[in-house]
Amino acid sequence: MSDLQEFREEVRAWLDANCPASLRWGAAVGNEALGDGLYWGGKKERSAATDAKLWLDRMAARGWTAPTWPKAYGGGGLSKEEAKILAEEMRRLRCKPALVGFGLTMIGPLLLQYGNEQQKSRFLPEIVRGEVRWCQGYSEPEAGSDLAGLRARAVRDGDFYVVNGQKVWTSYADKSDWMFMLVRTDPDKPKHEGISFMLIDMDQPGVTVKPIKLISGQSPFCETFLEDARVSAEHVVGGINNGWTMAKALLGHERSMISEAFNESEDKNELVSAARRYVGVESGGRVADAALRDRIAQLTMDKLCLELTLKRTKEAAKLGHQPGPEASIFKYYATELNKDRSALLVGILGPQGLGWEGEGFDEDELAHTRAWLRARGNSIEGGTSEIQLNIIAKRVLGLPD
Amino acid sequence: MGLVLSEDQQMLKKAAADFVKKQSPISRVRALRDSDDSVGFSRDLWKKMAELGWPAIMIPEEAGGLGMGCLEMACVMEECGRSLVPEPLLSTAVLGAAAVVLGGTQAHKADLLPRVADGSLLMSLAYQEREGRYDLAHCRTRAEKKGSSYVLSGEKTLVLDGHVAEVIVVVARSAGEHGDRDGISLFVVERGAAGVEVARQKTMHLRQVAILRMNGVEVSSAAMLGTEGNGLALLEDVIDRATAGLCAEMLGNMTATFEMTLDYLKTRKQYGVPIGSFQALKHRAAKMFVELELARSSVMGACTALDHGAPEARALVSVAKARCSDAGAMIGYEGLQMHGGIGMTDEHDVGFFLKRLRGSEMTFGDAAYHRNRFAALQGF
Ligand SMILES: Cc1cc2nc3c(=O)[nH]c(=O)nc-3n(C[C@H](O)[C@H](O)[C@H](O)COP(=O)(O)OP(=O)(O)OC[C@H]3O[C@@H](n4cnc5c(N)ncnc54)[C@H](O)[C@@H]3O)c2cc1C
Repeated sequence: MSDLQEFREEVRAWLDANCPASLRWGAAVGNEALGDGLYWGGKKERSAATDAKLWLDRMAARGWTAPTWPKAYGGGGLSKEEAKILAEEMRRLRCKPALVGFGLTMIGPLLLQYGNEQQKSRFLPEIVRGEVRWCQGYSEPEAGSDLAGLRARAVRDGDFYVVNGQKVWTSYADKSDWMFMLVRTDPDKPKHEGISFMLIDMDQPGVTVKPIKLISGQSPFCETFLEDARVSAEHVVGGINNGWTMAKALLGHERSMISEAFNESEDKNELVSAARRYVGVESGGRVADAALRDRIAQLTMDKLCLELTLKRTKEAAKLGHQPGPEASIFKYYATELNKDRSALLVGILGPQGLGWEGEGFDEDELAHTRAWLRARGNSIEGGTSEIQLNIIAKRVLGLPD
Repeated sequence: MGLVLSEDQQMLKKAAADFVKKQSPISRVRALRDSDDSVGFSRDLWKKMAELGWPAIMIPEEAGGLGMGCLEMACVMEECGRSLVPEPLLSTAVLGAAAVVLGGTQAHKADLLPRVADGSLLMSLAYQEREGRYDLAHCRTRAEKKGSSYVLSGEKTLVLDGHVAEVIVVVARSAGEHGDRDGISLFVVERGAAGVEVARQKTMHLRQVAILRMNGVEVSSAAMLGTEGNGLALLEDVIDRATAGLCAEMLGNMTATFEMTLDYLKTRKQYGVPIGSFQALKHRAAKMFVELELARSSVMGACTALDHGAPEARALVSVAKARCSDAGAMIGYEGLQMHGGIGMTDEHDVGFFLKRLRGSEMTFGDAAYHRNRFAALQGF
């Protein structure tokens, strides 16, 4: 038996023995694409000794919440091949991820890339263990697409920076312990050159958070007010006035995360199974409504094309090719497609898609409607579709300004 | 696997690109059209293509071929699509060769394939009739059994390169009624046989096609490909391969249109600036690029699946043809629109590609046809 085969056997046995039944997909209702029932970690959600906590602690003890991070920082120290095996076995046994969140997908990778030793050993292990939850403080009321126009101001005061300003659309700020943010440290420099990337402890009097309600009824994002908030000078990442470079690097992680996320949903035939249930079938299993059937086929094919393109990029990367221009299309196409799919799904439900809460609708129906509304934001968050098209036009096609 | 070209495949594609660039600029197609050339392509150039091995690509080595697959064919077809190369690749090297490789007896293979491979024999497939749109089971052409032979009667249209193909595989009904899935048989017919009449058709999409009329054409039962009455499955397999090849050609058409348009966006000035600086056009150009990349993945996916005999190959062929049809229309129309008035002129090449893309969209099933087929294959 090869080493990898042995590793696979060991992983499978361990997962099966250690993953509680309630942490397997399908155990409870919930929208997988929405990440319902996943554990985000942090001080504010850690109270109960739930199955989720047990699962997290077991996985974190092996570093498998961050499988490829170095062991020195609490990670699993796995090779790419081993991490792939772990992911495959988790999928096979339908184990939910033990931990999700911006620590693992955004700030962690950035710190590994650009953080200094002290920052890495201070922040990474507690991310792996799910002890600290992170949020992203970029956008401001006056700085959205034109992010470099941000105004939140940080001024040096001894070993600290004092920050004043307002962030907005800060996802999960109300549940987070720390925030990575962009602030202006030199107003006299050209706008991209006077920005720094800082890590701020949200648990202090200078930071106030106010949730904002979305059209889906949920309140995942917030206004974040900074009034004489203090940041240790040690918590500037990548050096002072070098924040734009950090932002660009992190945006890469964020965009690939958003497009990958839509691609991992397990149930490939959600549209078809809904159509069978709500629209009915003719003899031979044909969906009874020809126009809907055509639309389902269209979006299913679109998804396949996207998957093939993602695969193509991965294969090329494995062969050592630089990411080709096709990579720039993912954020745009994956989010537009997800909007179309979730809109069609509600369309298939028909009047059963009208539910908001309460009687007369089942949990899946309610979840689909909320998910459709939430999905409208996919092409806004992380850089709007228009901005993605600008990037393709400029960087890939070389069109003039 | 196989969504990225191997080094050998890249070399093949590069060689094809160089050859096409040097030997077959689009001006050639224009000149052939304008002179109403009776062949419509160059036999000399076809010989050179045969020396490069192009017609031999999909033919097994034991039959004098190169023993390669759809992906290699796609490399060549894409490059040919960039300048609408008119030589009979799709008819002979894909449709004809695939029919014999997949359905032929040892005798057929020994007789026909080496001659296809070395470029000395031109072939085609006659399956379409005037009605029936894309339905492969639509077949009114009859094959009546007479002793140990069959007598073929009927009319086929849009036979690719039918005016020059010496051997044509004809789809005929040996049993059952029009529209039945059973009862279809495929026959190898010599164009010179008694009762065969060929008339060139003029179409908008700059392909050489012909009507094939058969008035009591007698062929021996040894001329049958596959087994009697079960020809539809064979026909579908052959058309799937040709569809993948056509999609690769469409990829070449789209790439050429896109590059031409991008160039125009950067050089044409209005209001004192390049028109490519207008965001209304930038975003549309970016969307064309997105479509092109997705179309490329779909073609690679279909070819690879066919070459591996993967169970999902047929569905992936439908994915590719639907995508290339829609993307082709979008890129063709947008390309023309962004050229303004000059794009409407016969003198400009962009219209040539638009016509070819539309023609290919309406060959081997359009996007709606393939969505329907895909849904059926997926069981909904
Ligand atoms: C669900 C959700 C979660 C989010 N989470 C976070 C978070 O955690 N942290 C954070 O910092 N931010 C977050 N955001 C904010 C998000 O990054 C911004 O909303 C986004 O960058 C757009 O900025 P804006 O809202 O100011 O819109 P604007 O930039 O004002 O855009 C308005 C419209 O104008 C268009 N537009 C703007 N500029 C151009 C241009 N140059 N060319 C063409 N069109 C243009 C846009 O595409 C858009 O359609 C989140 C947003 C959403 C919807």
